[in-house]
Formats: sequence, C-alpha cells, structure tokens
Amino acid sequence: MHLHSFVTQFWPSTVDGVTLGSIYALFALGYTLVYGVLKLINFAHSEVFMVGTMSAMWIMHFLNISAIQSGFALVGALLLAALFSMGGSAATALALERVAYRPLRRRGASRLAALISAIGASFVLQQVFEVYYSNQYSNFPRLFKHSTLFNIGSAQITTDRVLIVVAAVVMMVALERTVALTKLGRGIRAVAQDPETATLMGVNIDRTIMYTFLLGGIMAGVAAVLWNVRFEQTRFDIGFLPGIKAFTAAVLGGIGNIRGALLGGLIIGLLELYGASVFGSQWRDTTVFVVLVLVLLFRPSGLLGESLARARA
Amino acid sequence: MLLEVDDVHVFYGAVEALKGISLQVAKGEIVALIGANGAGKTTTLKMISGVRPVKTGKVRFDGQDITHMPGHKRVDLGLCQAPEGRGIFPGMTVVENLEMGAFNRKGSLTEDFDRVYDLFPRLAERRKQVGGTMSGGEQQMLAIGRALMARPEVLLLDEPSMGLAPKLVSQIFSIIRQINAQGTTVLLVEQNAVQALTLAHRAYVLEIGKIVRSAPAADLLADDSVRAAYLGGDLGASA
Repeated sequence: MHLHSFVTQFWPSTVDGVTLGSIYALFALGYTLVYGVLKLINFAHSEVFMVGTMSAMWIMHFLNISAIQSGFALVGALLLAALFSMGGSAATALALERVAYRPLRRRGASRLAALISAIGASFVLQQVFEVYYSNQYSNFPRLFKHSTLFNIGSAQITTDRVLIVVAAVVMMVALERTVALTKLGRGIRAVAQDPETATLMGVNIDRTIMYTFLLGGIMAGVAAVLWNVRFEQTRFDIGFLPGIKAFTAAVLGGIGNIRGALLGGLIIGLLELYGASVFGSQWRDTTVFVVLVLVLLFRPSGLLGESLARARA
Repeated sequence: MLLEVDDVHVFYGAVEALKGISLQVAKGEIVALIGANGAGKTTTLKMISGVRPVKTGKVRFDGQDITHMPGHKRVDLGLCQAPEGRGIFPGMTVVENLEMGAFNRKGSLTEDFDRVYDLFPRLAERRKQVGGTMSGGEQQMLAIGRALMARPEVLLLDEPSMGLAPKLVSQIFSIIRQINAQGTTVLLVEQNAVQALTLAHRAYVLEIGKIVRSAPAADLLADDSVRAAYLGGDLGASA
C-alpha cells in the first residue's frame, strides 16, 4: 500500500482516470446498445475498436502526415482521422452483424451460439490484421502539441486530455439524444423493450438491429481515434484489454443502460488510475476487476440497474 | 372480402397449433373469435399480423396475397393489432407509445392524437406517464389507442377484456363499437364470449386449432350447445 503516493498522485490520477474513463465509456456504448436490443454480448466489439485505431493510423501514414500540424491542417487531419476511424469501426460492426449474427438469428439459434460466433469473429479479425498487416505496434503521429492549459492541484490539464473528454461528452450526449428523441431511437427502444410488439407497430427489426450496430460502431470509432491521440500507437490486439474494461464498465453501470455506460466508464478509468497509485501500477487491472466482482456480488444488475428496455433513454 | 384466411396451418416446432383455419372478415364488420384457452385464438391473430409463420395455406388482404409478407409491412397496409397482454412499451410515456402506433406514418399526427384522446380522455390526462406504471385498464386503452394511431383498415384485438373490472369491460366494448361505427373493421379474440357475441356481427368458434362453428353472433348467443360449452358458468356474472 502506498497511501502517501495516492495522496500526492490524487489529482494527476483523477485527471488521467477521467480521460481514460471517457474513452471506455464511448467504447462501452457498443456493448450496451447491442445487449439492449439483442440480449447478446458482442464480444467482437473489441475488434470494432481495433479496426478504428488501425484505420485512423493508416490514413495518417497514407497521407504522410507525421508531424505537428496547425490551423486548418490540424483540424483537417484530426477530422480525417476521426472519419476513417468511425468509418472503419462502423463498417466492421455492420459486417459482423451481417456475417456473424444475422444468419444465426434467422435460424433461431441460441444466444450461446451467437456468443461463440462473436468470439470466433473476434479471433478472425485479430489474426487477419496480425498476418496481413503487422504483428508490431504502429505509431499514430502526434498532430498537435500536448501543452498544458492550466493546473488542477498538481495535475496538468493538457490539450489532448481536454480534447478527449470534450469529444467523448459531446458524442455521448448526441447519442443519448438520438435514442431519446428520434424515430430511429424510438425504434431501438421499442425493439429492446418488446420485439414482437415493435413489429406489430411496423418497426423493421432487422433494419433497427443494423442501425444499433452502426451507432455502437461509430461510438467505438470515436473512442478509437481518441485512444490514438492519447497513446499514439496501435496493434492487432489493441482492442483486447480496453475491450474487457469497456465491457466491465457497461456491466458496472448496468448493461443496456446508456447513462450506465458513462458512469461505468468513468468509474473504471478512475479505479484503474487510483489502483495504480495505491498498489503500484502492476495492480491497475486487478483493482478494476476485483471491484467489478464486488459490485456484481452486491448489485448484480449494475449501479444504475435499469436496462435500455426500462430506461427512458 | 377485406381479410381472408384460407386453410392455414401453423406449427410451433413439431406441434401443430392451427390445423387448417379458414375465416373471412368483410369491410365494416365486427367479427369475434371465441374458444377456450389454448384453442389457437392468439396464434390466429399473430399469424394474420405476420409474427407467426404460415406453413401452408393463404392469407389475403384486400385481394392481395400477404401470406409471406413481413409483419412490419402489414401495418402499412392497414392491419393493426392491440396484442395479447397489451404489449405496452413499459419505458415509454403515453405519448411515445401512441407515436409508436404511427411509426411508419408521415405527416401530422394531431388529428389522430385528438381522436384517441377523445375516445379515451383518461389517456389525455396521463400523457407524460410511463406505460409500465399504468393500471391494466389504462394500458388496454393505450393499446387500443396506439393501434388506432396507424389508421387501421382492420383492427385486431386480442382479449381486450382480460383482467379488467366488469364496469371497465363494458366501457371498452362500447368504445370498440364506436370505433367500428367510425368505419374500422374489427376482428376480436375473446374469452369473455358473452360480451364478444353481444358486440360482434359474426363469430367463429375455435377448438384446438380448428374452427368448429361459424355463424351470426346472435345465433351463437342463443344456441344451447354453445352456451353450455363457452358461455356456461359466467353467463350471469358478465352478461
């Protein structure tokens, strides 16, 4: 135990925890949305994220963008990276739905079959990138200077951290509003709450499921480009650990619950950093999962409990 | 005929739930489907709405073969259902549930909201209430109102009286009559046979997946064998 370092590291840990947590939260939305609608954990969602990090990195390399940019060039490069990341992730999510899930659904296969299909798809995607792209880390260029804007306690608030948290919050609010207020969102909620009655209302279930994967994929894509900005490298298996943590965040907040994903993501991010400062950084992952086990023992439905079915949004 | 079901067989796995059902509903009618629990009444309505697949046989709507049309497209044709157990979306408000009824419609819904609130003033008072917290009677009103939001040609009602107090049952049935008088054809499934036969023009009697009688409702109501089988014990209580 290093309580002293917890105290001295408190503000930096908090800032880094919130930064990391907002990436987890975006990532977690894909698990939560798909679970809400299909009652299925899309274990290949970690690869949806991985393809996003790869796509953003690829376009930077392809266009030879490797140095600090400024002004319009910076905005353009960031938008391009985000666009490719979202596009790559969304396309992967849609392809997974088509190839790995829809055929099983058509045949009325059990959820266990879909779960195995998900794990299989996850391996396939990883191996494809490992074999045909690279088994080494590739760098994502630093596009802007990570300069300090101001301090909170001993923590430096840098431009990259601000960008990550602001982008994540904007995307989460946009998603929450989409699900709460649009026709698409009403369709998603209807299918989550009662698929057969949704059909009786004229909702096309297959199309709604497709849109759900699309939304989850876009969110994972944003998480992926923010991950690149923060950690500046990616590899074929980059999705694995953050994927498990994002899934943990979704379960912690209450799987199927959009606000739960936000809460869960932030808590996981903070726990990871606090755990590292109290027990040493080799314990950061362990801390996260011990807390998950404890929460599930005492609150199996997660902190906010409600699923997408019951929740208003 | 507006709706025609011709020798339809439906299976749940190896179990044959409908063993060759044929029925017709003409424009403007109220037709009742009565029978004991497990006779296949709900399966018949679900089959007509396209959420139970037809193995053999034909379903026609307004002359068009819809046997294998996906359920969500049938709503656009004008086949709308207030399902068994009401199917209220528990996390949605009254307004959102009603909007779900008009899911594929374009243009203003003001007139339709007015019509539903006019038929069910109770719903107007509860616009912002979440469906899951409403009473059974209110949920039934919401289910019927929601089906009306699609401006149905044929309204399919599955057990609208289920679990309701007798006073509320007669209120719901008088509203169904009113909806029919405004030009909507009604196909009604009921265990409450007396109420159903009093309301309907014609009726079919279902027994374990087969139609065993088809006659004007008044005839069935007067028929001793039907009375003995379906109207029996609760005749006095619910008539």
